[in-house]
Order: sequence, then structure tokens, then C-alpha cells
Amino acid sequence: MSLSRVLPPRSPRVLLERAAGRISVVWLLALTAAAAACIPLIYLVVRAASADADGWGDVLGRDTARLLLNTVALAVSVTAAATLIALPCAWLTERTDLPGARWWRTITVVPLAVPSYVAGLAVIAALGPAGSLQRLLAPLGVDSLPELYGFPGAWLVLTLFTYPYILLVLRAGLRDLDPALEEAGRSLGKSSWQTFLRVTLPQLRVPLAAGALLVALYVISDFGAVSMMRFDTFTRAIYVRFGTTFDRSSLAVLSLVLVGLVALVLAVEAGQRRRGERYHRLGAGAARSPRIVRLGRRRWGAIAFLVALTAVALVIPLGVLLHWLARGLSQGESFSGLGPAALRSLEASALAGAVAVAAALPIAIVVVRRPGRLAGLIDRASYTGYALPGVVVAFAMIFFSLRVTPGLYQTLVVLVFTYVVLFLPQAIGALRAALVRVPPSMEEASRSLGRNPRQTLLQVTLPLIAPGLISGFALVFLTTMKELPATLLLAPTGFDTLATRVWADQNDVYFARAAAAGLLLVLCAALPMPLLFGRTRLLRA
Amino acid sequence: MTDSIRRFIFASALALLVAALALVACSSDSESTDMATLAAERAAAAAERAAQAAERAADASQDARSAAQQAGSEAEADDGAQSDDGGAAATAAAERAADAAERAADAAERAAQSSAAGEPADEDPGEITIYSGRGESLVGALLERFEAETGIRVKVRYADTAQLAVAILEEGDRSPADVYYAQDAGALGALAGAGALAALPGSVLDRVDAKFRDAEGRWVGTSGRARVLVISPERVPNPPSSIFDLTEPEWRGRVGWAPTNGSFQAFVTAMRQIHGDDVTEQWLRDMIANEVREYPKNSPQVQAVGDGELDIGLVNHYYLYRFLDEDPDFAAVNHFTDPGLAGALINAAGVGMLSASDNRGNALRFIEYLLGEHAQEYFRDQTSEYPLAAGIAARSELTPLEQLDPPSLALTSLADLEGTLELLQEVGALP
Repeated sequence: MSLSRVLPPRSPRVLLERAAGRISVVWLLALTAAAAACIPLIYLVVRAASADADGWGDVLGRDTARLLLNTVALAVSVTAAATLIALPCAWLTERTDLPGARWWRTITVVPLAVPSYVAGLAVIAALGPAGSLQRLLAPLGVDSLPELYGFPGAWLVLTLFTYPYILLVLRAGLRDLDPALEEAGRSLGKSSWQTFLRVTLPQLRVPLAAGALLVALYVISDFGAVSMMRFDTFTRAIYVRFGTTFDRSSLAVLSLVLVGLVALVLAVEAGQRRRGERYHRLGAGAARSPRIVRLGRRRWGAIAFLVALTAVALVIPLGVLLHWLARGLSQGESFSGLGPAALRSLEASALAGAVAVAAALPIAIVVVRRPGRLAGLIDRASYTGYALPGVVVAFAMIFFSLRVTPGLYQTLVVLVFTYVVLFLPQAIGALRAALVRVPPSMEEASRSLGRNPRQTLLQVTLPLIAPGLISGFALVFLTTMKELPATLLLAPTGFDTLATRVWADQNDVYFARAAAAGLLLVLCAALPMPLLFGRTRLLRA
Repeated sequence: MTDSIRRFIFASALALLVAALALVACSSDSESTDMATLAAERAAAAAERAAQAAERAADASQDARSAAQQAGSEAEADDGAQSDDGGAAATAAAERAADAAERAADAAERAAQSSAAGEPADEDPGEITIYSGRGESLVGALLERFEAETGIRVKVRYADTAQLAVAILEEGDRSPADVYYAQDAGALGALAGAGALAALPGSVLDRVDAKFRDAEGRWVGTSGRARVLVISPERVPNPPSSIFDLTEPEWRGRVGWAPTNGSFQAFVTAMRQIHGDDVTEQWLRDMIANEVREYPKNSPQVQAVGDGELDIGLVNHYYLYRFLDEDPDFAAVNHFTDPGLAGALINAAGVGMLSASDNRGNALRFIEYLLGEHAQEYFRDQTSEYPLAAGIAARSELTPLEQLDPPSLALTSLADLEGTLELLQEVGALP
């Protein structure tokens, strides 16, 4: 603006800059956010450049193919299973008269906050070769359960504790489906099941794809569950490699292979996206609130499904934690310092959630409203940090922060920034799923009625995508609650959170203390959820 | 859009700034209160110590005087010239001792007065930043005691040993850490090899057997952990006397190991050194053929033995005692094997001073503290490890270090982790 006052008016350059200024702020913000997410990639390239040919050959020559195959198989099967769990969950809690729907809405997402090492231990304790189930069945003549370790265990743990990613994104999309389409389906003689398959499901394409992508990439970058279940994936190989030799260049080479795999996944996903598809009402009039389906007798089946899911995904881990806690209490264990750790967890997670949603908004706007090559690039780039093992991102941020902002190293600022780099795509996925359902005509109408862009954003767009904002916040919040490597390496000194307490105590075999911190972690993660999901109800009414 | 988003960003930035400021205010507030409390506690403790020292000194001076008098009178009573000389020397020495004791008593009194008045006895001892791969529940109390005794403010970052090592390499010259305190010698060796650790003075190194420190003096072991078999006494009444027996059909599917664990890898490296790569590779292959069960770490193996999932685990000795602390009925025992060979390897947790540290005085004080009597007793009593310095014996239920007969390898000769990793990958024990 000041430039236009200094330079003579109407010079082509000024016009150009004005034009650029007009259109580019949202682009600029989106580009900045995507660039931040790319910091780990820059680090990897720098480090891999110092690897000698020997290092490359050694790293790539070994059973890389087997590891990649394992990784892909796990990612695909977990994503499929998680979708099958999340879809009915979302539909039941959003579109039916399920008794206690409000509580189920919280309960079904809380497994997201259970750290994968706790989940792994719990599932082993319950379903392992000498677990509770085996002991229960032993009198019935069952000598051994099917082998848990390896692929089945990794698949089970990851499915049970990642399906909420799809669930949360799906919910944001399911809430405001236009019932007119479903009614049209029914009126054309389709059964309700056919209508669901051929009308409702295709409309959920964007949230389903966004959620599935989050799950698949989470599986690719997970270390906790695969190491507990002894299943060799690429990420596990990366940890083994640097954990044994402390060699950063081969760490970088392996990570770059992972980035290549992720690029492939993203390309496949992009191929699935149809250009020019619309998910909002085109004709005149506004969409009504969706019809609430009366379950009738079917509600018992629905409740049985949710109870079974909760039993495995929540009751088993909490039960194991309670057992440890009780044993520790009987031995006179004392628990101190958990209160401050809980506050720090909540504070860091809430900050990460808020900043991630703010950073994701311009990217989601660009991707949905101005699709094209650049928008696609920005979208893909933002997945870099999320798809890499957390510890690699933490090393990258050490590298970056000490060079660019040494004064902020190991402060809350860099920590929250790192969380955003790690989890940005979760917020983008939720926002994108909500934004595709808002017809641009709403925003255009607002502008034509004299509202300026800011008012339009604040008064029209944001309220309309509120469920997406909330889902995005919840996703990042819950994931940050259990984050470990970045918190351990980048938090301010002494900034221990509940997740680091659980990790440290269970590492040092103080299970009772670990259990106390773990229970508090799940509780703290669950607490804001009814608040978040209750509020959207109000907004809608 | 432009304007709105600008304002939106501005508002969020403002909100963040306010939040950050509030946070800083909060944390500095609590910090200063903490510091005040800490200072008061420290002053009180110092006063108490000074009072005790004064008392002891007074006693000593009394003793010395009477000894001197006695020596003098004895010397006088004796006729022999030689013993006369000796008597005179004894008297002189005793008197010097008495004087010294008196001076010490005076000093102690002054110190007690000044600290009672709330003034620090000397200058601010500063602070120290420790990167600890050993957990807070293990060494937190020890670090607090170091802080209380020296007045040095301890800032400690607890994380995984290997991840901290890579973080230190990544930080380079800018590392805020003064000291790296590691679970195992491998990580210390890697940092030393990369030039990240500074040489320690001989006075520090000499306190520990050469086996348990770096050949070039860049790190020193602080406490020892023995490789053992953790076994179920019920299901394994006749435990094998050698790890080489574990490849027998008798143990098919009943044995566990943790190939990603640093101590296990050190053990494999030792085996390569003692028996050669071929024997080691054969043993690894035979173990895998015998359906050895893989665990992510040591402690889950101990858990699995207690739960009845596993009969024998290849682990470090001290995990068991922590399970027993939480559950006295925990059904597992440690079994030592292979005297003089790799199966009896003693690994060490150790400490090194960063070359990037500009705070070497405090770093050395900390390292000396870890090798001192207090800390070594702490390792014996609290973490059930083998003390490596100060001539302190191990816990009574452990086989003493001298009888264990570990291989005569120095830990620093186990640096070829790359070779061990390749071997473990070759046989398929690691991805």
C-alpha cells in the first residue's frame, strides 16, 4: 500500500503489485504454511547429500523391497479396516436417534489419545500369548490363541487407535448433507441401503479420502505399535538404523525413500479426486438439516457395535492402566507432579490445535476454491512432516531452529511450530471436507450484499465450516497430547507433559506411575470433547 | 479476502503473543518462587553441615591436643635417641594437626554464621545443562541431591539415549548441553568418535577400571549392568550354563531377546571379538532357527517371563529388581552364565563432557559427583547396578563384580556397531 503512494499512479508495476496484493495474501499464507511443512525435506536433502555412495548402496541394497511391501500392506489394510469402523460410527452418532449419541461422540474419538506404546502393551496384556483372554479361555480347552505378534498385532493396534482420524473428518462432512438428494434417491425407488451406497456415500468422497489419507500416512510413520508388535516396516528400519549407528546421513537416505513412498500415495489419492465435482446444492433454496434416522429395534445392534468397539479400543487399555495403578497403590507408590504436567499437556496441545487450524485455513481455501497445479503442490507439500517419523522431524527442527532462530531453540514457540509441521494435514483434511460443502454462491451473495471479504469470512464462511474447524482442532489436539519425540527433544527444559511421563515411567519399569499419568492423559484428552461437539449442536440449532 | 485475512492473522498473532507473554510471566514467577525456596533450603542445609563440621573439628582438635601431649610425655619418658626423635616428630605433627583442626573449626563457624544470616557462603555456583538418556525415575533424585549439595542449578533433559546422541550431533557447537549422561557405552563411543566429547582429566578417569572407560579418556562409566538370563524358576529348574546351550531343541520358542537394544548389541559385538564373526553368525542363525522371540526392549522380556509368556530372556540384570519392588511375588530370577565370555559382559552407563560446553568446571564437578561415594551408593541401593568407583561393593543379592569374571574386553573396543548391525541384518534379526 505504501508503495502506491510513493510511486506514480498507474505505472504497470503498481497495477501489477496491486493485483498481486489483492489475490496473493491467501496464496502467500498458504505458501508459507506449506513451506514450513517442507522444512524436514530440506533437512533430509542436506543430510543425504553428505552420504557417500557406499552409504546409499548399503541402505538401498538391503531388503528395502520387503520393508516397503510390508509398509504398504499394513497401510492399506489398516486404512480399509479403519474406514469400515469409522463409517458406521460417524453415521450412527450424527444421523440417527442413537441413545446417548452425545456421549458416544466423545467416547468414539478418545482412543486417538491413547499413546501407541500404551495401546501396544495393553493389547499384548489382553490378547497376547499369556494374556487375559488366553487365561479366560484356558479352562475351555483353548491352548493357544492365534499369533498376535507380527502383522496381526500391528494391524489390530493401528486400526483401533487410528480409526478416529477418519471418524472426525467424516463427521464434519456428514453433518450437513443435503437431504434432498437422499430423498430423490428414495423417490426413484431405491431402498435405503441402495440410497446410502449410491447417493450418500459418493457425497462423502472428500472426507473419506482425506481421513483415509491421514490414517495411511500415520501408519507409514508410526514406530510405537510396529516395534511393540515386532513388525518390520520402513519406519522401524529407520529407528533401528540410527539407534545403532547414530549415522545421520543414512537416516536421511532412508527417510527420503519414505518420502518417495508418500509421494506415491499422494499421487494415487490425487488420481482419485475428480475435478469439477460439486458437493453442495446447486439449485435454488437452502439445504435443510438432514433427516434424523429412527433406528427403532436396530438401535440394539448399533449399541452392541459401539460397546464392542469401546471395549477393545478403550476399556482394554484403561483396564490395563487401572490394574497397574491398583498394584502400585497397594505397594505405597506416590504420584507427584502430575498436575503441572497435565496443564502443560493441555496448554501445548490447545496451542498446537489452534495454530494448526489457523495455518490450515488458507491452504484449505486455496485447495477448494482455487484448484490448480499450484494449489495441488501446496496441498501435497503440507503432508511432508506428517508422513515422516516424528523423530526425523524433531532432528530437522533442531537443525532449522538453531540456524534460523537460535534464541527460540527449546522454547514453546518452536515446540508448537514443530507440532504444526507434524500435524498440519489433519487440520487441512477436516477443513477441506467442510469447505467443499459450502457453495461459493453463499460467499458471493454475501459480497454482493455489501459485506467486505473479512466480514464474509467471519460471518459466512467460518460459521458454515465450524464443524470442520472443530474437528480439525480436535484432531491436532488429540494427536499432540500423545506426541513424544518432538516434545522430548524440543520442549523447554523441564517441560514434561503427561505423554513424556508415561513414556519415561514405563521405560524405567515404574508401571504404576506410568498408569497414573496415562489415565490422566486420556481423561484430559476426553474432557474438551463434549464441549467441542456439544457446541456445534447449538450452532446448528 | 486480503484485508480480512490480514486482520485474522493479526488477531491470531496478537492472541498468541499474549498467551506467550502470560506463559513467560507464569513460568518466571514460579521459577523465582522455586529459586527462593531452594536457596533458603540450601542455606539451611549448609548451616547444618557447617555446624556439624565445626563440632567434628572441635572434637578433632581436642583429640589431637591430647594425642600430642601424650606423644610428648611418652617421648620424654623414653631414653632412646631414635624414639626421642620420633616422639618429637610426632609431637610436632600432632600440634600441626591440632592447629589445622582449629583453623577448620573457625572457618566452619564463620561459614555457619554467614549462611545462617542467609548470605551465600561464596559466589553463585552457576548452572549445568544435562542431557540424560537415563530416566527421571532412575536418576532424578540423584540429580536433585547434586543440586542441593553443590548449589549448582541443574537443568536436565530426559529422552532416549540414541535420540539424544543424534540431537547432540545435530546441535554441534550450539548445543546447550554441558554433559551427556547415557544408558550405554555405544552412544558415548559414537559421540566421542564424532568429536563431540572433550577429554576428561586423569584424576577423574583413574577412579574407574580401564575396562569401563574410553581409551582416549572422553567418557567414563559410572555404573555397571551385567548381561544375565532372566528365567522363570518354575518352568526352568535347570537353567543352561551357557548362552550357546540356548540353541538346543529343549529351548525352542522359549527364549527371548531384544536385538534393537544397545546392551544386546554390545553383547553381540563382544561375542564377535571373542569368538569371531563366523561363530557369532552361526549362533545368531541357530537362535533364530530355534524360534527365539523378539522383544522391543529388555523390560518387556522380564515382564513376559513373570507373566508366563516367556521362559528365558537375554537381558541386563537390574530390571528384575524394579519389577520385584512393585510386586514382591514377581516370579522370575536372574541367572549368570559364561564366566569370562561374552555372556558375562558388563556394560556401563556412563557420562561425557561436551566439547561445545563453555561450562566445564561444573560439568567436571558433576562427573566427579557421579563417581563419588554418594552417587555410587545410590546406584547400588536405588538402581541395583554395580558401582564402578569409590570401592563400593554391589548389592548383597548380586554376585560380586570380582566373582562375575566378565570378559577382559574394554568397552571401548566394542565400538564396531556398524559391523554388528550388518551382521544382525544379514541373519534377519533386524530390518
